[in-house]
Amino acid sequence: MSTTEHSDYIDSDTGKMGMWLFLFTELFLFGGLFIVYAVMRSKYAGDFHHAALELNAFIGATNTVVLLVSSMTVAMSLTAIQKNRPNLAIALIFITVILAGVFMMNKYFEWGHKFSLHLYPGSDVMKTLPHGEIMFFGLYFMMTGLHALHVIIGGVLLTIVIFKLKSGKINREHYLLHENGALYWHLVDLIWIFLFPLLYLIT
Amino acid sequence: MNNSSQTAPLNYLNHKTGLWSWLSSTDHKRIGLLYLYSITVFFCTAAVLGLLMKIEKIAPGETIMNAQTYNAMFSIHGIIMIFIVVIPGLAAVFGNFFLPIMIGAKDVAFPKLNLFSWYIYITGACLGLYSQFAHGHSPDAGWTFYVPYSAEVNSNIVIALTAAFVLGFASILTGLNFIVTIHRMRAPGMGWFRMPLFPWSLYATAWIQILATPIIGITLLMVIAERTLQIGFFDPALGGDPVLYQHLFWIYSHPAVYVMILPAMGVVSEIFPTFSQKPIFGYMPIVFSSLAIALVGYFVWGHHMFTSGMSYQARWFFSLLTFIVAIPSAIKVFNWLSTMYGGSIDLKPPLLYAISFIFLFTIGGFTGLTLGSLATNIQTHNTDFVVAHFHYIIFGGMGFGFFAGIHYWYPKMYGRMYNIRWANIAWGILFTGFNVLYFPMFIIGLQGMPRRYFDYDPKFQTGQIISSIGAFILIIGLIGMLSNLIYHRRRGAIAPANPWHGVTLEWQIPSPPPHENFDEVPVITRDPYVFDNPVIK
Repeated sequence: MSTTEHSDYIDSDTGKMGMWLFLFTELFLFGGLFIVYAVMRSKYAGDFHHAALELNAFIGATNTVVLLVSSMTVAMSLTAIQKNRPNLAIALIFITVILAGVFMMNKYFEWGHKFSLHLYPGSDVMKTLPHGEIMFFGLYFMMTGLHALHVIIGGVLLTIVIFKLKSGKINREHYLLHENGALYWHLVDLIWIFLFPLLYLIT
Repeated sequence: MNNSSQTAPLNYLNHKTGLWSWLSSTDHKRIGLLYLYSITVFFCTAAVLGLLMKIEKIAPGETIMNAQTYNAMFSIHGIIMIFIVVIPGLAAVFGNFFLPIMIGAKDVAFPKLNLFSWYIYITGACLGLYSQFAHGHSPDAGWTFYVPYSAEVNSNIVIALTAAFVLGFASILTGLNFIVTIHRMRAPGMGWFRMPLFPWSLYATAWIQILATPIIGITLLMVIAERTLQIGFFDPALGGDPVLYQHLFWIYSHPAVYVMILPAMGVVSEIFPTFSQKPIFGYMPIVFSSLAIALVGYFVWGHHMFTSGMSYQARWFFSLLTFIVAIPSAIKVFNWLSTMYGGSIDLKPPLLYAISFIFLFTIGGFTGLTLGSLATNIQTHNTDFVVAHFHYIIFGGMGFGFFAGIHYWYPKMYGRMYNIRWANIAWGILFTGFNVLYFPMFIIGLQGMPRRYFDYDPKFQTGQIISSIGAFILIIGLIGMLSNLIYHRRRGAIAPANPWHGVTLEWQIPSPPPHENFDEVPVITRDPYVFDNPVIK
């Protein structure tokens, strides 16, 4: 029950509920792509098999580990601020942002390799491939691209959290933004947990 | 306090002044009015486009515009009306203004986010306008953006798609804000089933907004990817599937119909008890039918695609669900009529609009069943019958619900009263014009007049001329109604706090409401529709 006067701080449970609802909408956003993936996979099972062999499962697995560890550090930093240890919280969230950078770097090399092989939508090589493989790479770029966009947004959000931790605006009593940033980061991780097997492992 | 120089007590309209105080206000009431004014401007624009289309149809052949212009005209009309006017519509205007007041809160849960949503909305609306005037052709693929049209036509489709995407984002954030507000901001003592029915309808609406809108978001992004990056999700030449687009589009766009109509149902559920001075008949069935509509409405999208190529099993299943979703709407109609039965009816403009809402919505609903039956759908698909049907639902339902709401809450919003006689006359013209405009389209649609054609066989001319005359009458009625409301906004008689003897919370505070609605948080001790005021009885 929120009957308090207006203040700069939104009631924490209220703020968290808003964030959870927003995360639902994010799941549905990716859900649309998962539907398309399911339809196309059942239509072109063989082509998807061949195309998926082109992906480097090692880089994919590395990125999975990177994201899982970053999820752990962001959760630890939240516990740190709850225990009133802001410097530890800053250090842990800094590691998270670095790991986000590592993820993006791997992605850059991975995409770069695909581009050097002319495996991108609209390329000459792509036009010679069977329909199912074109669709697979279209989905691959769309899904990992949209996910990468979320990694960037999450990274920016966590960087803002670092600055607010430094200025003391996020503290032991008021850490809503920190918590919501961590929730968002877990979503980024969660979606990757689905993308990784669907694109890299099921061949 | 210095009261000597003040003529009126401070309220949300005059506690701060200047344009910037409006553009930076996080007050839910001011944001509601910002939506009201922007929506009115866009509504009038699109209504004029509609009139131009009807002038084109007054005679066979090219009358005032060529086929290409007509294509652009109905696309723009649809894009503006659907995405900019009716989807935000009642929820953004009356929801923002009255939801916090009706549940006894000082504001929504996230006031800054609320203002931010309006800016996103305006950005989307401006992008929509920009797509019409930017270099190149206006979008001409219809508001549904069906592929392969939308993937292949040489017009500003990408800008229009981006506009729709951005507008969807505003819709999601408003829905999110309302759900959290309803969960966490209700006044002490207001249990879920002591909440008035308008907030209930907004609650059902908000869930549809946040669960369905992301699907259209990603779908529009896929069409943008198809046009700019050559990822052919929906292009058969690249292995894609155009029917898949239609599925994804209607997974959102059918529930969107309920985003439009549910708040209108909520508004009339407020009006019938007040103007009958009688508790609403069947409070619980109305609540649960709102939720049922939100739930079942999610699973009927296939009825837009009976002729697009689906298995027989899928078609009869979608047809069955379409008939099922009609039941909760019928329950509501029954309850509204029963609320009036035996009440002391006061036939003021809000009630006139609410009754015509039932009349028009029922016609729209029954013709919806004609379209939802597999056999008759083959005859009526993509004809003017469909156009008439959804105008009866969207304009006759949502539009008249909106007019009912504005006439009901106007004295509360502005503290002034419009001219009742003037409003009654405008209603008469509007209602007549509406039926003269759209009813003939049922008949010529059944006879085979296709929708979206700028030209037609001369045998349809009688119906087309009657319909065009109706368009002029309708526009006159709209001008009459709007001028009454605009003129009396500052010049009307001072309205009392409770002109209609309503019992919900918004009538217990002054008109216009003070800045933070309540001096002290109200404590709710009884059900929402208890009429025991001895003065009225």
